[in-house]
Amino acid sequence: MIDLWNSLPSLVQGILKGLAVICVIFPIAGASSMAERKVSAWIQGRHGPNRVIVPWFAWMPFVGRFLQRLGVFNLLADGGKLLFKEDPLPGHVKKFFFMIAPLLGLVPAFTTVTVVPFGAYLDQAGQLVPLMLANVDVGILAVFAVASLGIYSMILAGWASNSKYPFLGSIRASAQLISYELSLTLSVLPVFLWINAPGQDATLSLVRAVEFQSGTWQGLTFASWGGAWFIFIMPVSALIFLVALFAETNRLPFDMIESEADLVGGFHTEYGAFKWSLFFVSEYSHMVVGSSVFILLFFGGWNPLPWLPLSTLAGWLHLQHWPVVVGALSIVIFLVKVLFMIFFFMWVRWTVPRFRYDQVMRIGWQKLLPLALGNLIVYALAIAYLQPKL
Amino acid sequence: MPVVTLQRKPLTFLERTYLPQVAAGLWTTLKHLLRAKETLEYPEQRPTIPPGYRGVPTLVMDPNGREKCVSCQLCEFVCPPKAIRITPGEIASDAPTAHVEKAPKEFEIDMLRCIYCGLCQEVCPEEAIFLQNQYSMTGYSRAEMVNNKQRLYELGGTLPDQHFKWDQKKAAAEEAAAKVHQG
Repeated sequence: MIDLWNSLPSLVQGILKGLAVICVIFPIAGASSMAERKVSAWIQGRHGPNRVIVPWFAWMPFVGRFLQRLGVFNLLADGGKLLFKEDPLPGHVKKFFFMIAPLLGLVPAFTTVTVVPFGAYLDQAGQLVPLMLANVDVGILAVFAVASLGIYSMILAGWASNSKYPFLGSIRASAQLISYELSLTLSVLPVFLWINAPGQDATLSLVRAVEFQSGTWQGLTFASWGGAWFIFIMPVSALIFLVALFAETNRLPFDMIESEADLVGGFHTEYGAFKWSLFFVSEYSHMVVGSSVFILLFFGGWNPLPWLPLSTLAGWLHLQHWPVVVGALSIVIFLVKVLFMIFFFMWVRWTVPRFRYDQVMRIGWQKLLPLALGNLIVYALAIAYLQPKL
Repeated sequence: MPVVTLQRKPLTFLERTYLPQVAAGLWTTLKHLLRAKETLEYPEQRPTIPPGYRGVPTLVMDPNGREKCVSCQLCEFVCPPKAIRITPGEIASDAPTAHVEKAPKEFEIDMLRCIYCGLCQEVCPEEAIFLQNQYSMTGYSRAEMVNNKQRLYELGGTLPDQHFKWDQKKAAAEEAAAKVHQG
């Protein structure tokens, strides 16, 4: 099967990969929106959507009823509604920019998916081969560079809407997103300082970050650092990255862009059925990609436990000669972690109240940025001191 | 009244990061997540109706099976939106309930007008009309939403009677007549 893949012309490979991204991310975004409704309902003591059922599923004895209570079919109902509803194009908007703004939001959201590894398998020689759509060496830089372009769609949507609330929403969006970019990028630099030892080839690849966390327990020596996840070694970095990630994906407590109480809908007020759903697909896919990067950098990626890498687990289960099974196992482990992160996003959303605009700015520039800089300096010194010993 | 100055302790360093407070909040919401839900899943689960609930007005029968309404029309006159329409009628002199003065020929309550105030129940001298527990009434046409006498007695059923006033009145009249005969 791998030979069949390699024999296809690269254009066909590219088109298939693009289609795979679309066909995977849209359902994930839809499922995330349904999960959001259910999780938020449960936290508030309600049930959430639990009535929609497709007729031929209602006949199945237990599974049908279970899925109905879980609200799974509501996703189909919502998707159908958004697709067939009247898509409003108000008379007062700038039509061309109004229509391309959601598409401009989707492009960076989907492009970042291509450079994020989501699993790995062991090939014949026992080498770890990552599963990703584009194994570029500038991994993390590509993610940050392309994800920053997502701001343009919000600014364009607010501007093209030609109305008060979207305008204010997009102004706040641009202010918030550019404020937290710096802390976001500075907080991951200690990770890459650690990975890139002097004398070796330098890399910004996310795969190397996971490989660095794939060590085993070597007793109470410095060699055991190889198996610890970076969240144990660099907790402050992880915290800064997490806070900045919440701000970059416009999730509460940094929700002031869409703060429904005072801005109706922010930049997506004037948008209706399908275009509005495209904004939310891009928001959820940013969340998914952000969670994936967080997991890859700080939580060991596809390794099951700290000091228990994937290769050891494959060895225990005698799966070394079945790369497909190892790959599937790694994808499952990675997905479980990402799903937990998405649940964490929703959990925090319904726990913490929203920050005001001035509080967001103050935290971004006066608290988080100095902390990120200080963190970088501390780790740079620590790594310079410890590197010869490791 | 003495003035008590509230001492606000300055926040510790950890408290100023707000992380302990966020963690405590997350613990609270997690407990809520795992708790039983407050929602009542209508129509599978119905709410408990408290006593004295003012639902749809109904006509009741007494334990002897007699229809209690005597078409005095007090409820028709007191009803604020004029939802009740009564046509009074005679009771045949050979019927077992002939000692009761009259009974309604027709009794209609237009539920599209009824405001569930309960004034008809308060004013009825016979304790014949009661607002009971039905809270949900729907129909496809205006005619369907008018409850006639038969429907009202169906909805009302039988309620206990502490007085049996017509039977008592009849018994007292018979005693008086017997005393006159004797004396």
